[in-house]
Amino acid sequence: MYLLRSQVGRKIVMAVSGFSMLAFVVVHLLGNTSMYGGPGSMNAYASALHRFPLLIWLFRLILMVMFYLHVFYGIALKLENRDAKPEPYVVEKYKQSTFAGRNMIWTGLLIGAFVVYHLLHFTFQVTNPQISAGSHPDAMGRPDVFMMVMLSFRKLAISAVYISAMIVLGLHLSHSIQSGFQTVGLNNDRSFPIAIKGGMVVAILITLGFAAFPIVIFTGILR
Amino acid sequence: MDLTLYVWRQSGPDKPGRLEEYKANGISPDMSFLEMLDVVNQDLIRAGEEPIAFDHDCREGICGTCSQVINGIPHGPVEKTTVCQLHMRHFKSGDTIYIEPWRARAFPVMKDLIVDRSALDRIMQAGGYVSVHTGGVPDANAVLIPKDDADASMDAAECIGCGACVAACPNGSAMLFTAAKVAHLAKLPQGRVEAARRVCVMTEAMMQEGFGSCSNHYECQAVCPKGIKVQFIAKLNREFMKSRM
Repeated sequence: MYLLRSQVGRKIVMAVSGFSMLAFVVVHLLGNTSMYGGPGSMNAYASALHRFPLLIWLFRLILMVMFYLHVFYGIALKLENRDAKPEPYVVEKYKQSTFAGRNMIWTGLLIGAFVVYHLLHFTFQVTNPQISAGSHPDAMGRPDVFMMVMLSFRKLAISAVYISAMIVLGLHLSHSIQSGFQTVGLNNDRSFPIAIKGGMVVAILITLGFAAFPIVIFTGILR
Repeated sequence: MDLTLYVWRQSGPDKPGRLEEYKANGISPDMSFLEMLDVVNQDLIRAGEEPIAFDHDCREGICGTCSQVINGIPHGPVEKTTVCQLHMRHFKSGDTIYIEPWRARAFPVMKDLIVDRSALDRIMQAGGYVSVHTGGVPDANAVLIPKDDADASMDAAECIGCGACVAACPNGSAMLFTAAKVAHLAKLPQGRVEAARRVCVMTEAMMQEGFGSCSNHYECQAVCPKGIKVQFIAKLNREFMKSRM
């Protein structure tokens, strides 16, 4: 397929898959806010999601494809780009590029590793079976997701992993949102500064939004 | 002004190179950077040594031939300025200056500071033109072009093809160059005819020449001596998507 052979085409694949995952992350964050409503609202939200297994698996399938494309072409493009610049300068100086922009591959791989851990932790519930929601129903017989999250984030190590991962995600997004707009061609003199600043704001909001959960639970603000 | 230079010396393609130290003494602040190198070379020639090889032609900032990375920045520290138009008054006496050639897989070093940039010419040959019927001169304004389009096209056409964008890009990508050429022609009705083919063959040629892809660091825009904007890269991306539809 020409789209996947061309450099520009593969960048567009990166942008579209990235935006799809960003959309998921935003929805995920909004869904998580039901934690603030207490066990009732969180567990009701979680069991409501599972009432439509077909829909859930459709979304999961799309996400998996997007994840695969993003990781595969991310690594492929990085290797090609490294090959295109084999020799570094003795004096290396950057005027515009950011730390986040130059380390997308590393923040990306770290997020990938975190996603695997996160799925094992909360979705497949194999890392902490003693608190898994699946085998600990709440008073209404629903999986007690609220308690699973509470017990997890009361542990310093787990909270630290989640908060660090969200900082890494924030770094990744701080470059990628504006980059995505540029790659799909949605940039002109007027929108360019908005994309850069807006991308940064969204990255910070997402990081703070997610990191807030381990923080408020670990510090005991959310009981 | 007295300066200490560290200059990349390499006797030929595929030969090992290294930085060598030179003293540039008694330099006038009114000299251009290239004139300063001329003085150094004159001293080297008098001493019976091989002068430093560097590219230069018009020395008035329009030919795109001079190509040196000065203290880590292509064309040096002054914005929108080629090496030949960079004057020594922007440096202080006693400064240490590192001078390196453009670095990219597609720009092999030929000698010292000279690299082979013909890869950019081959990108142009692939599609950086419009096919027109020759014959009588057409009437002025026979084809009406909105002022904004003409302005944008001319902004893109300012590209002198020096390759600083490639040199600055962490990915060794020629996207700003290619985008400027694609946008310059795509903005005009004469260029629209072949726009879809052009963007495909030019980006294809870019890849074949061993340039990397754009990951939107925008280093290119920061060093471009003609101030070509990365918005033209977004334009190229749009043209690419249009061509696939």
